[in-house]
Amino acid sequence: MFKTITRCASKFVAIAAVSLLAMNVHAADPIRIGSFLSVTGPASFLGDPELKTLQMYVEKINEKGGVLGRQLELVHYDDAGNASKARNFASRLIRSDRVDIIVGGSTTGATMAAVPMVEQARIPFISLAGAVVITTPVKEWVFKTPQSDYMAAVRILNDMKTQGLSKVGLISGTGGFGSSGREQTLKAVKEIGGIEVVGDETYSGSDTDMTAQLTNLRNVKGVDTILNFGFGQGPAIVTRNYDQLGIELPFYQSHGVASDGFLELAGDSAEGLRLPASPLLVPESLPESDPQKPVVEAYKSEYEERWDAKVSTFGAYAYDGLMLAVAAIEKAGTTDKAAVREALESIQGHVGVTGTFNMSADDHNGLKADSFRILEVRDGSWKLIN
Amino acid sequence: MAQLSQFRLKGLLILAIVIFAVPLFITNPFHYGLATQIALIAGAVVGLNLLVGFAGQISLGHAGFFGLGAYFSAITTSTYGWSAIPALVVGAIGVAIIAWVVGRPILRLKGHYLSMATLAVGFIIAIILNNEREITGGPDGMPVVPFDVFGWELSPFGQYTLFGMEISGDLAWYLFAGVILLVAVWLAQNLIDSPIGRALRSVHGSEVAASVVGVNTAKYKSLVFVISAVYASVMGALYAHYQGFVTPAIAGFDFSIILITMVVLGGMGSTIGVIIGAVVLELLPQLLADFQDMEMVLFGLILMLTMIFMPKGLLPTAANLLAKRRKKSAGGDV
Repeated sequence: MFKTITRCASKFVAIAAVSLLAMNVHAADPIRIGSFLSVTGPASFLGDPELKTLQMYVEKINEKGGVLGRQLELVHYDDAGNASKARNFASRLIRSDRVDIIVGGSTTGATMAAVPMVEQARIPFISLAGAVVITTPVKEWVFKTPQSDYMAAVRILNDMKTQGLSKVGLISGTGGFGSSGREQTLKAVKEIGGIEVVGDETYSGSDTDMTAQLTNLRNVKGVDTILNFGFGQGPAIVTRNYDQLGIELPFYQSHGVASDGFLELAGDSAEGLRLPASPLLVPESLPESDPQKPVVEAYKSEYEERWDAKVSTFGAYAYDGLMLAVAAIEKAGTTDKAAVREALESIQGHVGVTGTFNMSADDHNGLKADSFRILEVRDGSWKLIN
Repeated sequence: MAQLSQFRLKGLLILAIVIFAVPLFITNPFHYGLATQIALIAGAVVGLNLLVGFAGQISLGHAGFFGLGAYFSAITTSTYGWSAIPALVVGAIGVAIIAWVVGRPILRLKGHYLSMATLAVGFIIAIILNNEREITGGPDGMPVVPFDVFGWELSPFGQYTLFGMEISGDLAWYLFAGVILLVAVWLAQNLIDSPIGRALRSVHGSEVAASVVGVNTAKYKSLVFVISAVYASVMGALYAHYQGFVTPAIAGFDFSIILITMVVLGGMGSTIGVIIGAVVLELLPQLLADFQDMEMVLFGLILMLTMIFMPKGLLPTAANLLAKRRKKSAGGDV
């Protein structure tokens, strides 16, 4: 009897092996752009607009005749926000699909899991995730489009200083975004000087009431402003609690909540708070002289027309990633990986939605802190401060 | 009985043949990567099967032990410069102690209460890994150095010579993981065949009856709980070295459920069966990735249909079916 089982089992293995081999089809002609994104799962709010953006602009570029006279082909997988899956799909993109460049990695975990593979395979990789560790220290083949949380912290702290504020009560989420933001804020405080963190509280992503932490911060002697670094629904609850407690201090949030969804969640209680954000939230208030204005306006209207959904800053990271990849391939005049990497590293003055990119050998992000705009909530909508 | 152990040896032999035959079908390093992960996860599932399939106890927190082993190795080798093997052994001993300490009280619980308690243990481990940012890197995870033995490094990106042949790091890792899996299966089958194994099966059959005939059920239950936790810890440590990067997701609830599903899908109590369960559950997402949006729906559908039509699991059902057919044809001859 056992013989038959094993015959059956070996048949199964053979079928599995054959079907694995069958996946291994690739055409030589188009330029292949690989992507792994968190389209489903807890980080889908990142991956979904990113994928939509990539699909839409690959189509658009192809309609206009492609790049270097070749069509673009997007090969994409959903890592569901899981780092092990991200690594597997990165491996598949590199070794099985043999893509020319990778634009993807919605979360820091997914990106960092793929980095060793990318560095080893020597393929240009543009990440769409925020944390500082991705490009500091510089990794030869890894680039990223979003500003780091360190820059957000610097931008916020500098704005506080110009307002004459110097004693910060810090509250942050314990998730990836919040805890990294807290770390970077503490680091930025040391480097900027003249400002200090006098209170340090945290909340977990599933907490439903943060009045205790806020009361603690309010009671710290000398505190003159409060900063919340967090993501998801937590910051909206902090904002509501802040209003309910009647705290009068100036209130800052991070770029993690720079979306229209946050305004809906927080309602009237968001009135008067400030945060650093992408110009994408206020395209019409940008001055005519701003070189980003036409890019931002075009992206917003094209995305909203095509998908009938609100544009998000995360999709813009994918837009910038794709456009940087295209610019680098055009500049290199080939898809040779080393040449494209060289070209990517030497891109100067590339105007994107997130900011103006000036790459260099020791800066693989290429953005400055001032690419964040400081916005204030007034009458339930965003107002550009500077 | 002699027949039974022969049967077991045969299983091991066939597994060895399959493992060493796989490279003949594979040409792509990405597929080696998948096969390596499957072998390592299958090892953890073989250990879990001892607890679930033989002793009849459900653990919903097994990924916690897998994650603990992974993180212990990651932290001691990457941050403190330990060698991989002592890190793996000390990690496994640590996990054994933790499993024993938590196992003693919670294995007094039965049925749903036991599942709830193991679930809580898993959650606690995942929360600690998530929050101790200074040590574990928090939700963003941390990098892990390659596996090394006495200064000799085994990296999936390296090049090695084996019996005079040049082989890639991927193939070397795959062979290494395959051997580890064989050892894991061999140990498990020996355990099943030992007095301990018979005691465990009696606990599975009826705990009351087992204690009436003099089996110390509490002792055997916690023993097998510790053994399965050690299996998970060792495989977790190797998995971390292979991946080169760990995030707290590998200690999470989702992964615990996947491990249990592999056991149930493959066939509880069948060592080879649960390995097939691991192969299917790891390969399906890759095969279905081409269906894009339909992936999760198809995945769920396949699992659901399997459980409805093959409630005993893939291998036992297939074995039954074959046995029936053979009986029929044998009957026809007479």
